[in-house]
Amino acid sequence: MTLRLFIPADAAALAVGAEEVASALQTAAARQKAAVDIIRTGSRGLHWLEPMIEAQTPAGRVAYGPVTPGDADGLLAAILGDTAHPLRQGLTEDIPWLKRQTRLTFARCGIVDPRSLQDYRAHGGCKGLQRALSLGPAAIVEELAQSGLRGRGGAGFPTGIKWRTVAQTQAPQKYIVCNADEGDSGTFADRMIMEGDPFVLIEGMVIAGIAVGATKGYIYIRSEYPHAVASMEAAIAAARRGGLLGNPIAQSAYSFDVEVRVGAGAYVCGEETSLLESLEGKRGQVRAKPPLPAHKGLFGRPTVINNVLSFASVPVIMDNGAAFYRDFGVGKSRGTMPIQLAGNIKCSGLFETAFGITLGELVDEIGGGTRSGRPVRAVQVGGPLGAYFPRALFDTPFDYEAFAARDGLIGHGGIVVFDDTVDMAKQARFALEFCAIESCGKCTPCRIGSARGVETIDRIMRDEKRAANTEVLEDLCNTMKFGSLCALGGFTPYPVMSALTHFPEDFGARPHLQAAE
Amino acid sequence: MHQYHRNPKPVPWDKETALLRIRECVHLEGPLLPILHALQSEFGYIDEAAEPLIADALNITRAEVHGVVTFYHDFRRKPAGRHVLKLCRAEACQSAGGDALASHAEARLGVAMGDTAADGGVTLEPVYCLGLCSVAPSAMLDGRLVGRLDQERLDGLLAEARK
Repeated sequence: MTLRLFIPADAAALAVGAEEVASALQTAAARQKAAVDIIRTGSRGLHWLEPMIEAQTPAGRVAYGPVTPGDADGLLAAILGDTAHPLRQGLTEDIPWLKRQTRLTFARCGIVDPRSLQDYRAHGGCKGLQRALSLGPAAIVEELAQSGLRGRGGAGFPTGIKWRTVAQTQAPQKYIVCNADEGDSGTFADRMIMEGDPFVLIEGMVIAGIAVGATKGYIYIRSEYPHAVASMEAAIAAARRGGLLGNPIAQSAYSFDVEVRVGAGAYVCGEETSLLESLEGKRGQVRAKPPLPAHKGLFGRPTVINNVLSFASVPVIMDNGAAFYRDFGVGKSRGTMPIQLAGNIKCSGLFETAFGITLGELVDEIGGGTRSGRPVRAVQVGGPLGAYFPRALFDTPFDYEAFAARDGLIGHGGIVVFDDTVDMAKQARFALEFCAIESCGKCTPCRIGSARGVETIDRIMRDEKRAANTEVLEDLCNTMKFGSLCALGGFTPYPVMSALTHFPEDFGARPHLQAAE
Repeated sequence: MHQYHRNPKPVPWDKETALLRIRECVHLEGPLLPILHALQSEFGYIDEAAEPLIADALNITRAEVHGVVTFYHDFRRKPAGRHVLKLCRAEACQSAGGDALASHAEARLGVAMGDTAADGGVTLEPVYCLGLCSVAPSAMLDGRLVGRLDQERLDGLLAEARK
């Protein structure tokens, strides 16, 4: 009987040698004269175990990791002989790290062959679209609004309201735009979906097109993600062949097509209006709102612009109904969030769970603390524009409002862990420096404020008029926060002020003498 | 069409080829970025002589084209070295020791981040996130991704880049 081996072709797995492992296993199979069928999948998200391979057994898939090419021969023999192996992790579904998750958006990632529409359908794909077609446009929007889904890109705006606005705006042409410009450090969920389950994103965009009356979609992917671009392009071609995209879409009266566009290394293009400018072929400069993209978006037409995870969550909502999704989560944060554990953390990867889990559980219990083995000192949540939280705030539940109440944000769900060797003044300086590098230049608070901010922190770090300069920095942050056009200038104060507030000792302040200075 | 991958063997600038690449994209909605990616893939950079050609084809001003070329970090205005080594400098990689690796690479190659070595062998560039934050620190050598970078692996990449 042919042995089926699943090996991820996800970029994170490739970066740690998955390709070499795949070819070593191929060679080992030839040497051991074993019939082996290697299927390349996305990643299950247990990145600390990557390259993690899975073998099909009658009981289910069994995981092994982290595998090196040198392990191939012994590993294959152990799999074929069903004997013990030090890298054996047991049945994948029973690994506690995975078992503890609630995988709705990531239900298929790492399991299916991302190039096969047939495999997608065999694992529950396209069922959301089927139900959406039976509901019709108005009911789709209503279902989505009822689900409580909020924009997973970071802003957290109710997706249903966005769709309703576009649906109600009359225009000869409307667009669906997917924001796949996942630039936040500490995040990789969009990339994993595009590489591991690209059809779910296409299905979500098709449903959006039907709901609002749009026939054309664009996926704007950052150029730093070449594997995601290749995966999406292959999936789009397969979707066209298989009737998931087309004029009309199979068994319906609707038409929809999608095209991939590649960014060019500008972080600010993750901001929705800047992304639209970039798609139009302009400098990625932010637009003032109003008009909202829902009224005047791409090429001045009504446009639904959502993050990859938002679109990828639509099929499961349509398939199971709004109530099913809404029942997960807390307060105004409904459903699940694919949380990304990154940086100096022992058990890194993708952890999808209902909103409400605490930061401490995520970092200590699930993440297992730092990879360096040193104490956790700070975690940055929500990317470069997110706040640094000290251990004292680890009881914060992971939901939009709870983080906002503590002057932070969950953003796109990335958590970057730092150990006690971190210099928080340096991190604050980097936040401003990054803002200065990436500012689109349109508004003064961001363009000038970020540069002045770097200079001011340098003075503080040199111990030059510390109290006066700290006051200048705080004032500057206030101006940026309230005076910037978009989140780049508006949120850069979060990492800066949180570092200053929670870690004053790194800025030279002596905790108890601060007031006397 | 989506020729944004780094072409290992870019050809020297040539007007006729450039016009061909431009013509292949003009039918697109918002064709400018696809055109620039196609040209950079072909020649390894965007020659200044391409700007008036693009302006002409799209019926926009040369200033508008120039503004777009210079806005995006990806577009080069001169050829890169034979190899391009990108080191991630963003927070997740910082938390895992990325800063020290960047300094090490600069010292070994004798170039500052963003520069090309004098012999034209290698260009060292910062990148702000490759989405490999769970296997940080990370790097990209000519399109090949490397995670869990440490000094030993980096030295391996540097040796490869200097070949």
